[in-house]
Amino acid sequence: MNAITLIVILAFTYLTVFAQTTVDFIRVWLGAQVDLLPAFVVYAALSGNPLLTTLIAVFGGLWLDSLSMNPLGVTVAPLLVTGMVILYFREVVLREQLSAQFIFGLAAGAAVPLMVVLLLLTFGMQPLLGWGSLWQWVVMSIGCGAATPVVFRVFDLFDHWLSYQPLPETTFNHNREMKRGRN
Amino acid sequence: MFKRAHYVAMTAVLLMVLLLLSLPDQTAARVKLAISALFLPLFGLSQSTQTATGKVTDATLPRNVLVNQLEQLRLENMQLKVLQMQSDAVMEENRRLRAMMQSKPQTTWNLRMASVIGRDPANWWRTIQINLGSEDGVRENLAVMSSQGLVGRVHRVGAHRAQVVLIGSQECKVAAVVDKSRENGVIGPSSSAAILDPNLVDLSYMTRNSRLEPGQLVYTSGLGGIFPQGILVGSIVDTRTVEHGLYVEARVKLAVNINQLEEVWVLLPPKP
Repeated sequence: MNAITLIVILAFTYLTVFAQTTVDFIRVWLGAQVDLLPAFVVYAALSGNPLLTTLIAVFGGLWLDSLSMNPLGVTVAPLLVTGMVILYFREVVLREQLSAQFIFGLAAGAAVPLMVVLLLLTFGMQPLLGWGSLWQWVVMSIGCGAATPVVFRVFDLFDHWLSYQPLPETTFNHNREMKRGRN
Repeated sequence: MFKRAHYVAMTAVLLMVLLLLSLPDQTAARVKLAISALFLPLFGLSQSTQTATGKVTDATLPRNVLVNQLEQLRLENMQLKVLQMQSDAVMEENRRLRAMMQSKPQTTWNLRMASVIGRDPANWWRTIQINLGSEDGVRENLAVMSSQGLVGRVHRVGAHRAQVVLIGSQECKVAAVVDKSRENGVIGPSSSAAILDPNLVDLSYMTRNSRLEPGQLVYTSGLGGIFPQGILVGSIVDTRTVEHGLYVEARVKLAVNINQLEEVWVLLPPKP
């Protein structure tokens, strides 16, 4: 993954945070807004590198908090911790599998809001919580899980377009070419 | 996979988060406004797109629909003119009686229309963003309403944008009074089961002898100093006793539909 891909993914994160603020038909239909940042962090951790994971967690978290009533920075830590945990175990994950992407998206979508709410309560804030919040949590988790494979496809496409692709290897080798003739 | 540099970077980020979280309120608000200013071009673009779409829709409306709308508006305008005349007479009488009683005259509302440009991306807060800021005279704690009723109060103000906390949030409690029975209470977030319906709030701290019935209207009482008296909040849905019968609580259906807010009015300080 090169620098251009990284910038494009960050720009996509910026647009997604904006979309989460302005597009609210899911909130009206299902009673909860789906947060896609955990899905981005899952992609960064499984397909990217620690730098991309950190950048998405920091910038995505700060952008989201700046448009919300959350205290600034409260979303950064849960995103970063989730990303780092996935990054730590990435060698044993079959990242190409749809089911793995869904499960990791589901888990990240469940873990991040939970950690954010715990942090808010720790800092003495009073978020709106109740039995209805369980439904919101389920919607957020499943929404994030369902979105993760799509995020993988889209970001892989960006990577494919913007990175140098290795040439396909053939059995033909120039060094072994036998030239016939007088010379 | 993990190198020492990664651990150092992660620790640095976590320290930065701790630093941000421990900033004083005013400083944190300024930093937040500075970061959210990055979204101003997108908010502007979104508004321009909406305006352009509206214009295209208006241009393609059939003539008979427009004529019907015009007729309806003419009729409504005539009715409103009659009501305005009645209201002027009542206001004049009120002013005269207040002058006789040497009471302070009632202030007229100084309203400014704003468009809703965004909502809180987090599910545990109820806030909206409006396209008016300090340069338009908006400041913190001003009441925000729609033509249907009370919406909330201004929480944070940027130069061209403000954040409004919606009624039903912990941060927007409203002193309210029930029509006819004149029982006073406080509007706050609804009980846990109704979190999914932002149009339901609770009217609490009313005495157990309160005479409340479904359908009664609830208005702002003017106590507390933020919301002026007489703004419609909603109507009572049902009541229940709480704290072992010590208080009565009522569920109130808001007059405004929080999910469909597009334009709101900010109540600016009265003109001198």
